[in-house]
Amino acid sequence: MTEAPVRDQLRGRLGDSIGRPDGVAKVQGSFEFSGDLTADGFLWGATLRSPHPHARIVRIDLSGAWRISGVEAVVTADDVPGKATYGLISDDQPVFARDVVRYVGEPVAAVAADHPDTCRRALAAIVVEYELLAPLTDPERAIDGSHEPIHPLGNVVRHQRIVRGDQTIEGPVVVEGTYHLGMQDQAFLGLEAALAVPDPGSDGVELFVATQWLHEDRKQIAACLGFAEEKVRLTLGGVGGAFGAREDISLQVHACLLALRTSRPVRMAYGREESFLGHVHRHPCTVFMRHHAHPDGRIRRIEARFVFDGGAYASTSSAVLINGITHAQGPYKCEHATVDGWAVRTNNLPCGAMRGFGVVQACFAHEGQMDKLAAAVGLDPVEIRLLNAMETGDTLITGQVIENVAPVARCITETAALPLPSEPVGGHDGDPLRLPGGSGLTADRSHIRRGIGWGVAIKNLMYSEAFDDYSTARVRLIDGVASVKFATSEVGQGFVTIAGQIARSVLGVDEVIIEPIDTSVGSAGSTSASRQTWMSGGAVDGACRLVRERLFERVGAANDIDPLRLAIDGTDVVDTEGTLRVPVVEASAGDPIDETFEHHHRPTEDLDENGQGNCHTAFAFVAHRAVVDVDPELGLVKVVQIATAQDVGRALNPLSVVGQIEGGIAQGLGLAVMEEIILVDGHVRNASFTDYLLPTFLDMPDVVISLIEEPDPMAPLGAKGVGEPPTISSTPAVVAAIRDALGKDLARVPVRPSDICL
Amino acid sequence: MSVIVPLTLHDALQALAEAPDATLLAGGTDLMVELNAGHRQVTDVVSLSRVADLCTWQHDPVRQVLTLGAGITYAEIATEPIAQWVPALAQAARTVGSPQIRNAATIGGNLGTCSPAGDGLPVLSALEAVVHLRSATGSRDLPFDEFMVGPKRTARLPGELITGVSVPVLDGWQGYSKVGVRNAMVIATASVALVTDPAARRVRLALGSVGPVILRCPEAEAAAATAVDFHAASVSDSAVEHFAELARAAARPIDDHRSTAAYRRHAVGVLAGRLLRKAFPNG
Repeated sequence: MTEAPVRDQLRGRLGDSIGRPDGVAKVQGSFEFSGDLTADGFLWGATLRSPHPHARIVRIDLSGAWRISGVEAVVTADDVPGKATYGLISDDQPVFARDVVRYVGEPVAAVAADHPDTCRRALAAIVVEYELLAPLTDPERAIDGSHEPIHPLGNVVRHQRIVRGDQTIEGPVVVEGTYHLGMQDQAFLGLEAALAVPDPGSDGVELFVATQWLHEDRKQIAACLGFAEEKVRLTLGGVGGAFGAREDISLQVHACLLALRTSRPVRMAYGREESFLGHVHRHPCTVFMRHHAHPDGRIRRIEARFVFDGGAYASTSSAVLINGITHAQGPYKCEHATVDGWAVRTNNLPCGAMRGFGVVQACFAHEGQMDKLAAAVGLDPVEIRLLNAMETGDTLITGQVIENVAPVARCITETAALPLPSEPVGGHDGDPLRLPGGSGLTADRSHIRRGIGWGVAIKNLMYSEAFDDYSTARVRLIDGVASVKFATSEVGQGFVTIAGQIARSVLGVDEVIIEPIDTSVGSAGSTSASRQTWMSGGAVDGACRLVRERLFERVGAANDIDPLRLAIDGTDVVDTEGTLRVPVVEASAGDPIDETFEHHHRPTEDLDENGQGNCHTAFAFVAHRAVVDVDPELGLVKVVQIATAQDVGRALNPLSVVGQIEGGIAQGLGLAVMEEIILVDGHVRNASFTDYLLPTFLDMPDVVISLIEEPDPMAPLGAKGVGEPPTISSTPAVVAAIRDALGKDLARVPVRPSDICL
Repeated sequence: MSVIVPLTLHDALQALAEAPDATLLAGGTDLMVELNAGHRQVTDVVSLSRVADLCTWQHDPVRQVLTLGAGITYAEIATEPIAQWVPALAQAARTVGSPQIRNAATIGGNLGTCSPAGDGLPVLSALEAVVHLRSATGSRDLPFDEFMVGPKRTARLPGELITGVSVPVLDGWQGYSKVGVRNAMVIATASVALVTDPAARRVRLALGSVGPVILRCPEAEAAAATAVDFHAASVSDSAVEHFAELARAAARPIDDHRSTAAYRRHAVGVLAGRLLRKAFPNG
């Protein structure tokens, strides 16, 4: 009973490093992204946006736009047939601003026309008279009440404390710092795009869109259109990255509204500049932290204050806040805590989900603190972290007990065991491109200093705070072919690969068809929070197991064998206690087996007023060690190597896991040294890839990886989510390495050249 | 919008004579970005990419002059044979954008756009390049420092075309350095070109991205000319520091979203000092 000796790499089982089913098409440029969608007789849609961070709308005159030949629709807040506002948690964001605009880029009107140029001219012909209002751009002024409310719901989106243990504990060792993180953009390459196709008679609409959560989009769109949900059908358009920026509604309602108005398909697509204004970003955040510790370095108590700038609308700010404050201790034991957290409303760009979701901010602060604590008690960065490392069974500052596998110490020791770069500063061959400054040829080796830094993180997986989080999958087996249906957004993370691997492994088939991803099946929840392998993987696995039970019943009945004796071996059904062997192809011939399964994770709780409660579902852990070369005189940085050991539970597709790790590190490195949306009085100064810099190939370090595989009993497949941890502690590791090279405190990311050398 | 695609210089000049204010399109790496972003509207376009006469270069070994047609790309400048004659320009070319950009972008386009951050420009300034202009009715040559009159402003008149640029082929060390916040594919926040001319016993220094135009540094150049020993390729540490200080003093930077004036001023000093030390490695 051996498996086929040579396994087709495109037909892999769980644990195989197979390539993506859409990989070749993406590399060759033939993959259809949502921006490529088209339909007969379609119109172009475009959005008019506020040029002001805060202003009253005195008057809107649309007549100029209507006079332009080729313009088919012009819509404003007056034309929204259903609910005027939407939002993921609090529906506080208008489809179109009616009386007030609250950020630069807020939609005020939209047009549909025969050509993008006609749209541009139509937008230019709309007259909006504004009365400027004082913008609120300082988050502290939202807290202290010194600025009048900029929204009927007030300037504080959420305030939450965590109070645990003895509040009087002080010292004897005390270290503190104030840390600041700038606004990072998700910067996906596939820009926002959708095609809305109205039903005949415009009493329903079909939307093809790049999004992270089809069913949540549908709920919000239907409410704003005044439709029952079944009148709105969504199909996933090809998604070119998401990273959290597609969780919120952007152009969905606008496109549907224009299509319904014109009874013609409407295509909307943002350019890069509009994309910067059209989606939420990572929250800028200021974190004060003070650690009280024993003389040997063991943490006794932490104090912290978080201020998240949520921008003009709530989005997911309240959940980001909770993630931030509940991760304040990091992956370290801590019994006593006093944490105060604010998510506030300002006239800056709205902020919401981005890979790491509040934990990035917490981690940058607690890791800075760990290095300060190490220095204060005379330990090195590894010793202080091992001394305090959390374990399964420890109680968090929320009172929640860690029940997951928690190999924090192993993450640290395995990272430490990975080889340091063998190359000297500047590389073996003295290639100047490997030096800080790269192609600018700014330095030679004599100018460069090298540093090493550490970052370790804990990250919650799945949704929190009593949310009933679930995913649905339907599996149909006939003639040895499994068809898998789900609404899980494939945003590039590779669920379409994993789903096939699960079905092949459970059902013993080679051929798996991934059906179109749309709302004709139950919700899969969001592709976020590192949750889809666990949640939708659990749903596909569950549906496959139901199908397999039915298959075994069928084979058992036909052969008069107890189905419990049957198992899958390779592509056969076999009797584990006898000699029967029936190919799955044969056993499933003719008559389909069709089953649907919903996977729910265990329930979670809300936090009480002291921030106590089992609010999170599960946790994953990771360690990063960064080696950087710094040019202290010019303030330029080259990250040479990042070593990481990550708690992945079980690597269902090691190649895919490595992809997530390398990509997450690129994003963490970006936040550490270059990625920041620069706002001046609420206006964006760098809404382009010319000036919003992302790491290039030359900026990427060598990445050395150790996967820690301790299958988690709580996870349906033993696998933890792997998407977010790589981006969380890579940022503080890089900054710690720069500090190490310079012997200089750096409390802000991204670290700018002037922060280093001036 | 009309787009004229002439095949010869004569036809291009004729087209321009008929529409003197037409937008000139070379590699398109500046213009197409502006058009796509909606920052610029154009009516008449004269496309130069198929004008073969502009895509040639000549090396005069007797006069030691290299003349580059306006259509020569950065990719060509970055490689041999051109690179050997103008190493600093080749270094500047290698810092421009990505390989795809370097395959399209031209030296004529860099001159035509004339951004203070243009990578080729500090080198052309330090080399005291001569820009060749032609119209249907005549031609003229302008020293680079007279050609660039402001940020993205040149002395080119309506109806004139940049046909090329001439630079001396020098036998001294030359180099170009640029600072950006990324290790590749980045616009200069500060850049420096240094050219040595042992025959004339001169060191020439030009700064980019730290003023409305490319800035030459006569004080620093004069100080270097007396401080360096061309024969021994040596210069003292204190002279290097003085040179850097004079470069800093010559800068006229501003604060913007890419950097601060203080950092830019600091950076050109560091780069100028390091380049001088590279040119004269002995202490």
